[in-house]
Amino acid sequence: MVENRRWLNLLTHAVLLLGLAVVALPLWMTFVASTLGPGELINPPIPLLPGSHLLANYGEALSSGMARAGGVPVGTMLFNSLVMALGIAVGKIAISVISAYAIVYFRFPFRMTVFWLIFVTLMLPVEVRIVPTFQVVSSLGMLNSYAGLTIPLIASATATFLFRQFFLTVPDEYLEAARIDGAGPIRFFRDILLPLSRTNMAALFVILFIYGWNQYLWPLIVTTDEHLYTIVMGIKGMVTVSDEEPNWPIVMATSMLAMLPPVAVVIAMQRLFVKGLVDTEK
Amino acid sequence: MAELHLNGVRKVYAGGVEAIRGVDLEAEDGEFVVIVGPSGCGKSTLLRMVAGLERTSEGEIRIGERVVNDLEPAQRDIAMVFQNYALYPHMSVFRNMAYGLNNQGRPKEEILERVQRAARMLQLEGLLERKPRQLSGGQRQRVAMGRALVRDPKVFLFDEPLSNLDAKLRVQMRVEIKALQRGLGTTAMYVTHDQVEAMTLADRLVVMNGGVAEQIGRPLDIYQRPATRFVAGFIGSPSMNFLTAAVAADGRSLELPGELRVPLSARAGPTAGRQVTVGVRPEHLHLSPGSGPRLTLSVGLIELLGAETVVYGHPAGHEEAVTLRVQGVPEVTEGQDLELGLDPAHVHLFDARTGRSLSHPDDGGAV
Ligand SMILES: Nc1ncnc2c1ncn2[C@@H]1O[C@H](COP(=O)(O)OP(=O)(O)OP(=O)(O)O)[C@@H](O)[C@H]1O
Ligand SMILES: [Mg+2]
Repeated sequence: MVENRRWLNLLTHAVLLLGLAVVALPLWMTFVASTLGPGELINPPIPLLPGSHLLANYGEALSSGMARAGGVPVGTMLFNSLVMALGIAVGKIAISVISAYAIVYFRFPFRMTVFWLIFVTLMLPVEVRIVPTFQVVSSLGMLNSYAGLTIPLIASATATFLFRQFFLTVPDEYLEAARIDGAGPIRFFRDILLPLSRTNMAALFVILFIYGWNQYLWPLIVTTDEHLYTIVMGIKGMVTVSDEEPNWPIVMATSMLAMLPPVAVVIAMQRLFVKGLVDTEK
Repeated sequence: MAELHLNGVRKVYAGGVEAIRGVDLEAEDGEFVVIVGPSGCGKSTLLRMVAGLERTSEGEIRIGERVVNDLEPAQRDIAMVFQNYALYPHMSVFRNMAYGLNNQGRPKEEILERVQRAARMLQLEGLLERKPRQLSGGQRQRVAMGRALVRDPKVFLFDEPLSNLDAKLRVQMRVEIKALQRGLGTTAMYVTHDQVEAMTLADRLVVMNGGVAEQIGRPLDIYQRPATRFVAGFIGSPSMNFLTAAVAADGRSLELPGELRVPLSARAGPTAGRQVTVGVRPEHLHLSPGSGPRLTLSVGLIELLGAETVVYGHPAGHEEAVTLRVQGVPEVTEGQDLELGLDPAHVHLFDARTGRSLSHPDDGGAV
């Protein structure tokens, strides 16, 4: 569309601003709420400008916030979430990229069968297989452990399909040139295929990191030890304290903290995306 | 540096396609072998079997003293230049050239020295830190050459390495490749479908058709004494004119439609009444007919190329079109009737049925 009418410009900007407001307002409210003193939130009208308790609230959230509600400090939960999200993202990418490599570049019996079996796991996310998975994890003694938190979520090679499609677009000549250059399967994988997949892996890493970070149901089921609680569980726990009003400013400060790592990952990886898009390395 | 021997080599692809139907070929040490032929005739397949990228279904490939049939490409001591170069896009020019040496576990100083020497030879010195995408087509071609060069292989393999370049650069690189190969004295096998490349580069030319080597020989020999009708038509541009004819009852001359008679030299002895194909190159028809046989041509299209002129036309009484190639700019107009002289010494005879040459029955390769 090359139309350049003034009112059309205004209209499109208005729509964009409206959209931005819809997305940003809750975030802003969360931030505002996280800077208020206790009790300031309870009485209407809800303030729209930040208050003066920013440092105090965040300090409390990080050190002892939940402790008062009978739990663990936010720092621990952030760490647990980080381990879980990183484990899932790294683990899934590693498994997928290796299995896609096997399927695309090696001829072995039942290759397509294996591929379709992997493909079928796309239809079986954790939520669907949660009961049997819990059974397995529990009988393996992996309850209340990082392994129990991450491995069951890693064990579906959903990204295999994506890497397979990508590998199929990599020209055969690279493999042939590498064979002539004396690179065996491992070297070819490490020196040529992995660097070429860099941008794909970055994209996938972002998606999987956020997927792992946002897990709620699975950690809720496998952890009973609060030292392994993740931040998403923790926020939920802070809201449902039994006999007192939840300490909303602290809850909001915790929420803000919980948002930071995914944002950081997106920002860090975005540079790789853009770079990958600008210089098409194929 | 080594000889290259192919002995009864055959290739049947998984789907049952028989791409190579038995090729015998010998290249001496330092020889430049060019394989030429139409698309799909199996040129690449043959080259890739020598490289070790395709398994050899039958026969034996020998580089130097070693039978390499069962060796991995890296163990064969060959280097290959691909049509689209296949430079690793994420590696610098230096790393691209050094990768093979790295994998051989050579010491750093040696790698550095070898890459720099190759870069000097190919005028790539200023570009070693660049990525392939930051290079022009010609420079990429040079890097691909450099990657082959640094390995100091026994045999260079080229699969249409110049076909992605523009015409001018192609000529320049062709000359450079030949000079480099001469200088290094490395045996080379080069696939192309460009016959100028084939004629100019080859010490030994292999004309392939349908998975067999129709003729193997020195380029000029092949031009002058094509072993089959296919070779005659494929080598030379514009291609050879073919006319059907029969051997006269006395066995001494050829009868062509339009009352044309061509005396037969003693050396060719086809029997009387036999159907043959007469081949005459466009450059062997001339505008000033002497006492010999002549052909009347009604002129069609005229192509003025400056140094030479190509005239297309139809000879009276013949089905086939005839092409004539003369030096300079002759006085010819479209629609005119031209009297052309035909030198019997330059007439090639082919068996109408098998396509085998009757004039040079002893030449040729594994037909
Ligand atoms: N991987 C393959 N599987 C089955 N058939 C193949 C395969 N590769 C090539 N062929 C067939 O083998 C024959 C020779 O192919 P090849 O690539 O050697 O031809 P070429 O002479 O190099 O042609 P071009 O000049 O077009 O490159 C063709 O008929 C082709 O269809
Ligand atoms: Mg080819």
